[in-house]
Amino acid sequence: MKLATFIAKRLFLMLLVLFGVSVLVFVISKVIPADPVGAILGGNAPVELVEDLRRRLGLDKPLINQFFDYMSGLVKGDLGKSLKTNRPVVKDIAEFFPATLELAISATLFSIVLGILLGIFSAVYRNRFIDHFSRVFSILGVSMPVFWTGLLLLLLFYFRLGWLPGGGRLSLFTTPPTKYTGLLVLDSLLSWNMEALKDALAHLVLPTIVLGYSSTASIARITRASMLDVLRQDFIRTAKAKGIGRRLVIYRHALRNALIPIVTIIGLTFGGLLEGAVLTETIFSWPGLGRYIVNALLVLDYPAIMGGTLFVAVIYSLVNLVVDIIYAVLDPRMRI
Amino acid sequence: MDSTQVEKSTISRWKPVIEDWKHTFYLWRRTKLAMVGTFIVAGFLLMALLAPLLAPYDPIKVDLVNRLKPPSKQFLFGTDQFGRDILSRVLYGARVEVWIIFLVTVISGTIGTAIGIVAGYFGGWIDEILMRITDIFLAFPRLILAMALSAVLGRGLTNAIIAISLVEWTVIARLARAEAMRVKSQPFIEAAKAVGASDLRILVLHVLPMCVSPVLVQLTMRMGTIILTAAGLGFLGLGAQPPTPEWGAIVSDGRSYLINHWWISTFPGLFIAVVVLGFNLLGDGIRDILDPRLRR
Repeated sequence: MKLATFIAKRLFLMLLVLFGVSVLVFVISKVIPADPVGAILGGNAPVELVEDLRRRLGLDKPLINQFFDYMSGLVKGDLGKSLKTNRPVVKDIAEFFPATLELAISATLFSIVLGILLGIFSAVYRNRFIDHFSRVFSILGVSMPVFWTGLLLLLLFYFRLGWLPGGGRLSLFTTPPTKYTGLLVLDSLLSWNMEALKDALAHLVLPTIVLGYSSTASIARITRASMLDVLRQDFIRTAKAKGIGRRLVIYRHALRNALIPIVTIIGLTFGGLLEGAVLTETIFSWPGLGRYIVNALLVLDYPAIMGGTLFVAVIYSLVNLVVDIIYAVLDPRMRI
Repeated sequence: MDSTQVEKSTISRWKPVIEDWKHTFYLWRRTKLAMVGTFIVAGFLLMALLAPLLAPYDPIKVDLVNRLKPPSKQFLFGTDQFGRDILSRVLYGARVEVWIIFLVTVISGTIGTAIGIVAGYFGGWIDEILMRITDIFLAFPRLILAMALSAVLGRGLTNAIIAISLVEWTVIARLARAEAMRVKSQPFIEAAKAVGASDLRILVLHVLPMCVSPVLVQLTMRMGTIILTAAGLGFLGLGAQPPTPEWGAIVSDGRSYLINHWWISTFPGLFIAVVVLGFNLLGDGIRDILDPRLRR
């Protein structure tokens, strides 16, 4: 199959799945046994008020009409109004998503660098101290609950030692940089605001480590396995026999061939970061999408729940699509 | 056939099975980390079983005289803001976690296996439809879907269990489907068809038994993740509700007291980490032991 056909087919499948996702989200929000109107007004609200609100939310219409309203809104990019913030959900997402994106990018970079390095050392010095260390580090990384490590690090580095800031994206007294992208690090660079840059970076340290740890662990694991596989092969022995330096053999010959599974796992962990972000953002009071969804869920703000989860599902599917495409480019056998 | 011959044939019949188990035991003892994992998991199960005997106090009884006591001889892990003994809560919490793992495993295992073998066995449009439904569920990050389901069903332990099961079945479905497709093309299925067995009979009596052991292995390997998801929901307030001593929920209890009363959050979190570690080590071990390259 040609690459273009493969991509077209995958894109079509993704649209189909996303249609299904919107239906599922609609169904989920309609089976809410808890009554959103009751949640807003409280149990003892007068009947007229309840009726009025139901009408305004469109809840008095037949389900099928509600579904068409919702779908036609989706097509126009209208996700409804949040019951809590009373603003369009799209605006809310646009405001909160950059914070999540910044955290996810930072955690991905952290875990790629650390994970690949650990994996390489682990494979090259197999069964030596660094290998054992890295394997213990990895299995701990996928076992410890994110919210717990987050709390402990916060306790140590913020409350006890005071080395790092506690929560949020910027300190109270720091002037935020001019808003271009919503990514604070990028914005402070663009507006050359060094004070804000330093502050934003300091706030990123702990959440990045907490969020990136488990993906570091899985990347290190895959890199180790993949490198061991490649290092056993004949062309590595040939390269060594030719007298090429050890470093060159490892980084040029072995790593390049070991990259395919690593690329996949990096893509998958980026998706996983979106979900880890929910817990990390809650602990570090990070004003991102994850916290927005949790807050919406706690008060049954259903337009925000629908919009938020739908948006996350779209991002997640896109990331998976990109991973599949990269995979297909790297390994033609995958294009079936 | 006289009796000695029968005896001989039973011996020869069971011998390979016994040898196989012996070999498995040998491999298990050789992979030290798997042994550690087994002991942790066994300890965890014992903890859940013996919680009423081991726990020094009632896990949910409020005792305001002894609130926020640091760890001491009287309260080994300290007490929380309601004076409840953290050690007792953690011990009873093991029961909650076992309950969650058990139900999620049974529910998601059943749904996943049923959907998977039907899709794999029949193929065609049935497979296409079932797999697209699976894809829809897989299009969400797991925790976020579980959170949403748990919240709209109404927060609480039972609904959290249902929510996690509704997220977990997809993994099992894919596995069971692959197994069913493999089994389907084998001669004994064809033979069963040739003698007129119905599809239902073939599915239940021939395909299902072949899928059971890989599904069980996969379920064991996912138990750590199930605890992490349940604890995550509990921590966010979308899972077990107070005063249920679910570990994630206890960690969350201690959050606002973290600065001066570190013990409330620290101990239950430590237990989550150790038990999940145990399940992960055990899972890795099982995978290694079943790996034919290692078995030779």
